[in-house]
Amino acid sequence: MNIGSLLGAIGQGFIWGIMTLGIYITYKILNVSDLTVDGSFATGGAVFAVTALSNIHPTICLFIAMFVGGICGLVTGILHTKFKIPAILAGILTQLGLYSVNLRILGDKANISVAPVSTNITFLANVLNIPHTRAGMLLGIIISIMCILLLYFLLGTEFGASIRATGNNEKMIRALGVNTDNIKLFGIILSNMLIGLSGALLVQMNKYADVGMGKGAIVYGLASIVIGEVFFRRFSNFGIKLMSSVFGCIVFFIIRAFVISLGLKANDMQLLSATIVVIALAMPIFKENINIRKVGKINSLNEMKQVSSSDEIVKEKIEKREVTEVGGGNNA
Amino acid sequence: MLKLKNIYKTFNSGTINEKRALDDINLVLNDGDFVTVIGGNGAGKSTLQNVISGTIMPDFGTVEINGINITKYPEHKRAKYIGRVFQDPMLGTASDMWIEENLALAIKRGENRSAFKWMIDNNNSLFFKEQVAKLGLGLEDRLKTKVKLLSGGQRQAITLLMSTLKKPDLLMLDEHTAALDPKTASLVLNLTDEIVKTSNITTLMITHNMRDALNYGNRLIMMDQGRIIFDVAGDEKKKLTVEDLLQKFNTTKDAPSDAMILG
Ligand SMILES: Nc1ncnc2c1ncn2[C@@H]1O[C@H](COP(=O)(O)OP(=O)(O)OP(=O)(O)O)[C@@H](O)[C@H]1O
Ligand SMILES: [Mg+2]
Repeated sequence: MNIGSLLGAIGQGFIWGIMTLGIYITYKILNVSDLTVDGSFATGGAVFAVTALSNIHPTICLFIAMFVGGICGLVTGILHTKFKIPAILAGILTQLGLYSVNLRILGDKANISVAPVSTNITFLANVLNIPHTRAGMLLGIIISIMCILLLYFLLGTEFGASIRATGNNEKMIRALGVNTDNIKLFGIILSNMLIGLSGALLVQMNKYADVGMGKGAIVYGLASIVIGEVFFRRFSNFGIKLMSSVFGCIVFFIIRAFVISLGLKANDMQLLSATIVVIALAMPIFKENINIRKVGKINSLNEMKQVSSSDEIVKEKIEKREVTEVGGGNNA
Repeated sequence: MLKLKNIYKTFNSGTINEKRALDDINLVLNDGDFVTVIGGNGAGKSTLQNVISGTIMPDFGTVEINGINITKYPEHKRAKYIGRVFQDPMLGTASDMWIEENLALAIKRGENRSAFKWMIDNNNSLFFKEQVAKLGLGLEDRLKTKVKLLSGGQRQAITLLMSTLKKPDLLMLDEHTAALDPKTASLVLNLTDEIVKTSNITTLMITHNMRDALNYGNRLIMMDQGRIIFDVAGDEKKKLTVEDLLQKFNTTKDAPSDAMILG
């Protein structure tokens, strides 16, 4: 793997990292599994391509792509919060529908080139007199840092805290007066706006939009989040957590470039990333089993968790307590 | 203050599992009433609170708070009137957030939450510290601890503080000490009593412990089969004994739980 492909991978990592931030909002903060991603990512790309080709200023095209990405999120959000369709299914339905929509946007072509028009990346490359991929990386860095800062500030506000609380304990925050349906709707829209933006930037980078460009995006994003967590597990600072998912995405694309340089095909990456996610998700169970063997019993924390998850066990505990009270009392 | 008129609620209507959980409930709470609620398992106590808080919509009847008819209000719109603590210590707090953050969430109960205002600043941080210190659990030095690292009793004390941080018109406690060990339970109960009395909060407290039901509050109601079958207040309540309550229970159809007999 040479320095060129390494830098290329890092550039890709920053651009896809913006999508990872979007997935982080739904998957990690809101605790909602939104699978709209694969569709809305490509929608963002397709919208950017056709608007840029009709000679609209590329910066405005980025905003339009974001906006349309947000609309994709709105659809999933309404299916989920208003029609009470489970989030996973709602996302899959939107994503499926978006495939047709994206083909229409691309004028029934599987892909279109934006090479003829100037983009933010070509502008940067010209002004700074640097290669296209280097300029793409620069733009990726700038925009992902902007997104991280924006999210960091938003989530630290009173309103942002209610988003975090919705993902953490919905019942509690509703009892504190928050309309959790609206919060989820907002979160899913915001998430898909970032995803659409990310797709648009990738089109700038690759100089073409493809109807299949979002395929597997959700798994790439999840794998990136997981990788980021491995590196930044110790940190509880919120800003660092956001950064860690972009960082994870960069590592992911470096691994990808490495795997490809070993002679594997880019398409093998789908299997690899699926495997990474499976391992990460199975890890807690795996660890628990090891603990049981080590300690010989479930540790008290897990016991507490189980108690909380089941009313019956709580009741059992109460009864036990009362029974012990009988021993000491005069009712026995 | 709180006024319930002809409340009916039936679950699984029209199936073999049909269950009338509330059967023509009429209840008026006066300002500052501290009411303890007892009744066998399945008597309808939690359902009653859920109808008041809006988690469950009644089939019939009206709920009024401070003269406002809130029957059609969704749960989140009623929050500005109501503070709640549940039986399960995990339910009342956001476990991945700090103690301080939880308090900051709670102090805005029922209010608009600004997207341009930092949730914690030096001012409210100091205020939270004072409030937590009042619990007497030493948690004031751990405001930046995630709530999931606290014990059930500590969590329940924090939840109690959260529910009253911004004074509610009505405080509802649903067996909020039932999952705690006896010592912690009495600590949390005493805290409850103290907070309710100093702020003069109208309170509806469900308990399975008959001694607690007698020792706390100025009024007691007993439920059975979705009805209020007994309602005493003032001196009459003060004279009441566990034996009196047991006798009352023997006339009910719902079997009292073990816990209640032993209470
Ligand atoms: N969501 C629900 N769906 C169906 N039935 C329900 C539901 N909630 C409560 N019930 C039924 O309504 C009746 C009253 O339940 P409720 O929870 O109000 O009793 P409770 O007095 O709080 O009892 P406990 O002391 O056991 O908490 C019970 O028969 C219960 O099975
Ligand atoms: Mg109950």
